[in-house]
Amino acid sequence: MHKDSNKATFLFSSGMVVVIAVMLSVAAISLGPYQARNVRIEKMENILTSVGIESEPKTAEKIFTQYITEQVVLNNKGELQTGSIVAFDIDLKKELDKSKTGKQDKQLFPLFICKKDGESFYIIPMRGKGLWGPIWGYIALEGDMNTIAGVSFGHKGETPGLGAEIETAKFQNQFIGKKILDEQGNFVSVKVVKGSGTASNIHGVDAVSGATITSDGVTEMFHRTLENYIPYFKKTKP
Amino acid sequence: MSTETTTAPVKVKAPSEPLFSKKNRKLIYDPLNDNNPITVQVLGICSALAVTVKVKPSIVMAIAVVVVCAFSNVIISIIRNIIPNRIRIIVQLTVVAAMVILVDQFLKAFVFDVSKQLSVFVGLIITNCIIMGRLEAFAMANKPWPSFLDGIGNGFGYGLILVVVSIIREIFGSGEVMGFRIIPESVYAAGYFNNGLIIMPPMALIIVGIYIWIQRSRNRKLIEPK
Repeated sequence: MHKDSNKATFLFSSGMVVVIAVMLSVAAISLGPYQARNVRIEKMENILTSVGIESEPKTAEKIFTQYITEQVVLNNKGELQTGSIVAFDIDLKKELDKSKTGKQDKQLFPLFICKKDGESFYIIPMRGKGLWGPIWGYIALEGDMNTIAGVSFGHKGETPGLGAEIETAKFQNQFIGKKILDEQGNFVSVKVVKGSGTASNIHGVDAVSGATITSDGVTEMFHRTLENYIPYFKKTKP
Repeated sequence: MSTETTTAPVKVKAPSEPLFSKKNRKLIYDPLNDNNPITVQVLGICSALAVTVKVKPSIVMAIAVVVVCAFSNVIISIIRNIIPNRIRIIVQLTVVAAMVILVDQFLKAFVFDVSKQLSVFVGLIITNCIIMGRLEAFAMANKPWPSFLDGIGNGFGYGLILVVVSIIREIFGSGEVMGFRIIPESVYAAGYFNNGLIIMPPMALIIVGIYIWIQRSRNRKLIEPK
């Protein structure tokens, strides 16, 4: 059989596809647990960063269990959910998508409670859309469930130097001390708008110049995620 | 970028030559200077511009390219006599793609933070013209061992430029090298700022250009006859 005949070409290509498929599947399955562990540790690190606790991949797990004393699951009415669901394992994207299909009553929201220097912090995961892909983050509220103690953001592929700036400490530090409720206790969230980053404006931070869509995405992400927790905060407010 | 190269298939023929004969050694050091894939063949420029903001991702990227280039060269060289000619390009592409996916999976499992920084660029090794160029120009016509050396050599030639460019960019863009502060805080206090432009890809192109300029003015072989 000549190597350039049609038969040889077909045989060669089918054989090659099978061999490579098997090889890649074996690699994906055997490396899967390591990759999943990295993703978990990254999530822990992000949660810890929002309350201003520095951690390294090696120590993240230990520090996380030390500070995050409680993980609770809420429904959209702010009621505590009991059962086998672990807050850490909830996929927020799926939960937020449920509102699109009219399954609001089935939504579950994770809340992490952190004890640091004798004070409680409430950490809420967030998820939204940037310009090129998803953006996400964690927001830590102080014990009054109103003042922001810190935030940490992440993104899939925002433009470096523009949208990707939301990951920098300079942008994130602006949120510290801002409030999500107005004086009457109504939910107003925090808006990311150019020129609103003054000390007197407790509900606004300065947008990243040249990254309007990412900045709007952050505003939208705050509002959309936080509103789900307001019923719980109103009930449990000290 | 196209995958075509100007290099014609090189025949290395010797029935029983030592593993590191002069010819074989040339395969390693030639791409470092006289036949550098980036500065002489001008291949693989886009990834060189994108990953060189910091030294650490550049080194990982360089290692990834060395591994992919060397092993896909070997695989293609081993099966070069049974690859049907009509589908040879797609066979090369499949081998490269499989290697890249493997490397990507390993990075995600063992050096997660670096894999996050490299993000899409690991996947884009597939489209790195250097690798396809070496497969088509060298591995298709040579035995596995010389092909392996050729892959290593070209990977290092690529890596050399990456590391040089990234050192310059990290010093002037962030004031650090590998995360260690080079420009002291006191200089910043005196009013010095990191250069924001050097972080952007165009500045990397200019640095590569300056490298080519210096290389060509020093290396007689590269000066074209008038």
